[in-house]
Amino acid sequence: MTTTATEPLKSKDYKSEVPPTWCPGCGDYGVLNALLKSYADLQLDINNTVMVSGIGCSSRIPYFVKTYGMHTAHGRVLPVASGVKVARPDLEVIAFGGDGDGFSIGGGHVPHVARKNTDITYIVMDNSIYGLTKGQMSPTSPLGMVTSTTPYGVPDNPLNPLSFCLTYGATFVAQAYSSQGKVLTDLITKAIKHKGFAFIDVVSPCPTFNKVNTFDSYKGHVEDVPADHDVTDVNAAIKLANQSRAEGKVLTGVFYQVEKPTLLDRLGEIRKKAGGSADFDVNSVINGYVP
Amino acid sequence: MAEKKTDLIIRFGGEGGEGIISSGDMVAQAAVRSGLEVLTFKTFPAEIKGGYAMYQTRFAHDKILSEGSGFDVMVAFNQEALELNKKFLKEGNALIYDYPGGDITEEQNIPGVHCYPVPMSKISKEDIGNYRSKNMVCMGAVAELFSISMEQIRGTIQSKFGKKGADIVEMNFKALDAGRDHVRSNIKKTDSYKMDSGKTAENTIIISGNDAVGLGALMAGVQYFSAYPITPATEVAYFLARHLPKANGNLVQAEDEIASIANVIGASYAGLKAMTSTSGPGLSLMQELIGMASMMEVPVVICDVQRGGPSTGLPTKHEQSDLFLAAHGCHGDAPRVVLSPEGVEDCVYLTVEAFNIAEKYQLPVMVLSDGSLGFRTASMKKPDPSKLRLVTREKYEGNGGDFKRYKLTESGVSPMSIPGTPGGAYISTGLEHAESSAPRYTADNRTAMMDKRFKKLDNLEDFFQPTEADYQDGAEIGVIAWGSTIGVAREAVNEARAAGLKVSALYPKLVWPLPLKAINKFIGKHKKILIPEVNKQGQLAKLITGETGCVPISYTIYGGMPFTPAMIAEKIKEISK
Ligand SMILES: Cc1ncc(C[n+]2csc(CCOP(=O)(O)OP(=O)(O)O)c2C)c(N)n1
Ligand code: SF4
Repeated sequence: MTTTATEPLKSKDYKSEVPPTWCPGCGDYGVLNALLKSYADLQLDINNTVMVSGIGCSSRIPYFVKTYGMHTAHGRVLPVASGVKVARPDLEVIAFGGDGDGFSIGGGHVPHVARKNTDITYIVMDNSIYGLTKGQMSPTSPLGMVTSTTPYGVPDNPLNPLSFCLTYGATFVAQAYSSQGKVLTDLITKAIKHKGFAFIDVVSPCPTFNKVNTFDSYKGHVEDVPADHDVTDVNAAIKLANQSRAEGKVLTGVFYQVEKPTLLDRLGEIRKKAGGSADFDVNSVINGYVP
Repeated sequence: MAEKKTDLIIRFGGEGGEGIISSGDMVAQAAVRSGLEVLTFKTFPAEIKGGYAMYQTRFAHDKILSEGSGFDVMVAFNQEALELNKKFLKEGNALIYDYPGGDITEEQNIPGVHCYPVPMSKISKEDIGNYRSKNMVCMGAVAELFSISMEQIRGTIQSKFGKKGADIVEMNFKALDAGRDHVRSNIKKTDSYKMDSGKTAENTIIISGNDAVGLGALMAGVQYFSAYPITPATEVAYFLARHLPKANGNLVQAEDEIASIANVIGASYAGLKAMTSTSGPGLSLMQELIGMASMMEVPVVICDVQRGGPSTGLPTKHEQSDLFLAAHGCHGDAPRVVLSPEGVEDCVYLTVEAFNIAEKYQLPVMVLSDGSLGFRTASMKKPDPSKLRLVTREKYEGNGGDFKRYKLTESGVSPMSIPGTPGGAYISTGLEHAESSAPRYTADNRTAMMDKRFKKLDNLEDFFQPTEADYQDGAEIGVIAWGSTIGVAREAVNEARAAGLKVSALYPKLVWPLPLKAINKFIGKHKKILIPEVNKQGQLAKLITGETGCVPISYTIYGGMPFTPAMIAEKIKEISK
C-alpha cells in the first residue's frame, strides 16, 4: 500500500506493455477494455489482484494487464484460482477462459467451485468455437454448425453455461455481450464486488473461425434481462437462461444474485472448530503419538 | 526352557474387521511403552468387509529395519488364517489359534510347532458377554505367553478407551485377564520365545508412515493441502484434515487429482507452503500440471504412496513402480526432484527436506513412499521441531527496480515475487517466457530458460546428502537399494556378512536426479552391482544404466509383497559364487 496521496488510477494505468495478440475484430478486445474500465472504477490494487487463466485465445488476457497473473493449463483455471484465493483471501482473484476451456476440458471443475461458492469471479469469453486451435466445435457451438472437426455439422446439443452454473449453485450469474462496453463494465464490477462465486458468460464473437455466431448475426438479438425478473429466484433464472437461448436471444444483465456462505467462510468455521491459532505448537501433535 | 529373545515377530491373521488390526496395534503400542522397538506390517483385502487380513508386529531391543523374513508366532483368529499360514510355520514356531467349537482336530497339531489353542471367541462370548472383546482375550494370552508387559497393555487400553467410560475400560481389562488366565490354567509353554520388557520408554512415539508424512509436512510449515482420496495414500489427508486447521492452515478435498495439484500450485504461487498426496493413478493425472509447476517455477510437494500398477492394478498391495513416472512422467523436459524414504522416520524427515528443496529451488518435489511403508507403524524417537533446518524461498522484496521473475542467474534460481509485493507483478506462466515472464519463443531464449531450469539440479547432492554408503573392504559385490527395500537390504547385507561374504551397500534417498557422485564412486569400486526392487522393469537399475552406463544385476519381484531379507541375502550368496 502506498501512503502518499496519489492520483486515482485510470483504465490505461492497468494496461501492460504486452500488446494483445488477438485477431483484428476479435470480441475479446471488448472484454479487455471493459475489464480495464472496471478495474479503474473499483480502483483495484494492482499488487493485490491476481488474474488466472487457462489456455485459449481468451486466456491470454492476463498478459495484457499490469496485475499479478497466472496463465495455467487448458481447463485448470478454476482450481488454480481457488488455490490462490483460499491461500490468500486478501487477494482479488479473477479467473478467465474460453467456452472450451471452461465447459469442455475444464467442465468437471465448474460444479465444484459453484457448489463450494468459492470467492472468485469467473469470466468466460464465449465464442462458441475453439479459437486458438483454429476453429473446432466447442460445447457451446450450435447444432449443425460446420467447423473444422464437424464438416457435416455439429452433432451435439450445445451446453448453456448459464443454466449449468445456476444448477450447481453459483451465487452470481450474468450474461454480457462483448461490444456493450458499459453494460459489461458494470457487470464485471458487480461480479468482483460479489461475495462468493460470480460467473459472467460474455458472448464474444470470433470473426476468424466462427462464421455463424457473428456480430452481424447477433444484431437485433441482444436485449436486457427483463426489468421484472427476480434475481433471487434460481428457477426463474434457469428458465430465463434456457428460454432466451432457445429463442436465439442474448439477454444481458444479472440472471441471479444471492448471498450465501462462501468456501472461505466455511473453512474459517473449520479452523475455529479445530481451535486454529497462530501459536499452534506442533509438539502437541507429536505428543499424541506417544503410546 | 524359555530364553530371552530379542527379536520376535508375531503375525495376527483372520477375517478383516474382526479386530486383527486393533489387536496388533495395541500390542505394538504396549511394547513401545515397554521400551521396545516396534515395526508393524499389514496386508488387507481391497474389499471393505470380510476377506483375509494380516497384521504382523516385530519387536526388538535394537532398531528394526524391515518386516523381517517370515514370523515366529502365528495368531490365527479363524480357520482360514490357519490354513493360509500353515505352510509358513517352521520348526520351533508357536501357533495360537481360536477353536470356537472347543475341539482340537488332529491336523491342527503341526509337528514341530508349539500349538496353543485359546478359545478366544468362546471366552469373549460366554465369559465376557461381548464377542467383540475377542481381540482383548487374544492380547491377554499373547502377553502371558511371551512376557509382554500386562501393565503397559492396561495403560494402552486406558488411554485408548478412557474417554469412552470406565465400564468400557473395565470390560476390556476383564477380557484381557480372561485370556491371561486361560493360558495360566490350561497351557504349558513349550516354545522358547520371550520378550524381555518392563521398562518404560522415553521420548518415543509410534506412528504410521502416512501419518509421518503428514507430520513432516506440519513441521515444515505446510499451510495448504489438497488431495483426492486414493488407497494407500488417504491417511496423509486424514492426518492433515485433523491437524492442519489447528495451525490455521486449510485442507481442501478436491474433485480430482488434477484439481488438487492445481489448487496446490495456486496456493504456492500465492506464497504458502503447499502439498498434495496421491498414489499411482493420481500421479499419472497430475503430470501435466507437475510440468507446469516446473515451468512456472512454483514450489510444490507431492507425496506418492506407491501401489501396484498399471491402471487400478493392485490397489492395496506393495510395489515400487512409480519411479519412471516420478522422474520422467511428463511431456517435455521438466526438472523435478524425487526423494524416497526408507522407513517411517524418513517419512518425517524427507518430507521436511522435500519442502526445503521445493522452496530453495522453486520446483516440484516428490516423496515416493509406498503402501507397505504408508500403512506400517513403527517406533521412533520423538522429532524435535526446534532442531530442523527449514528453508523458505528467496523472495523479491519489492525494491522498486524492474522486476524480472525469471531472471537468468548463476544458480538458476530467481527471486519470486509474492502477490501483494509492490512492483513485483508478473505472469506466472506455463508458456516459454522471457526473463520478464512475457511469452518468448526464440531459440536463444528457449535454450537459456531450459538451461536455467535444469541448473537447479546441479548442486542438489551438496544441498542434501541423503545417500548412505556402507563400504566393506575387499567387497566385489555392491548392493544398491531404494525406498522401503533399503531396510530389507540392510538386513540382508548383515546376514550375508555374518555368513562370511564381503558385500558393500549404497542407499540413495534422493532417487531423481540420481546422486551421481556417490553412485559413480560406488560402482567404480565393485565388480557386480545388485539392485533389488519391487517392480517388473528394474526401474532404478535402468535409470542407473542410462546415467552411468553400468549394467547392474537387476533383481525384481512384483507379486504385491515386499522382499524379505532372506530373499536378498540368498541372491547375494548366489551371485557371489
Ligand atoms: C490438455 C490440452 N489439450 C488440448 C490443448 C489444445 N487447446 C489449446 S486451446 C484449446 C481450445 C480453446 O478454445 P476455448 O477454450 O474456447 O478458447 P478460445 O481460444 O476460443 O478463446 C485447445 C483444445 C491443450 N493446450 N491442452
Ligand atoms: S481466433 Fe478467434 S478468438 Fe482467437 S483471437 Fe482470433 S478472433 Fe479471437
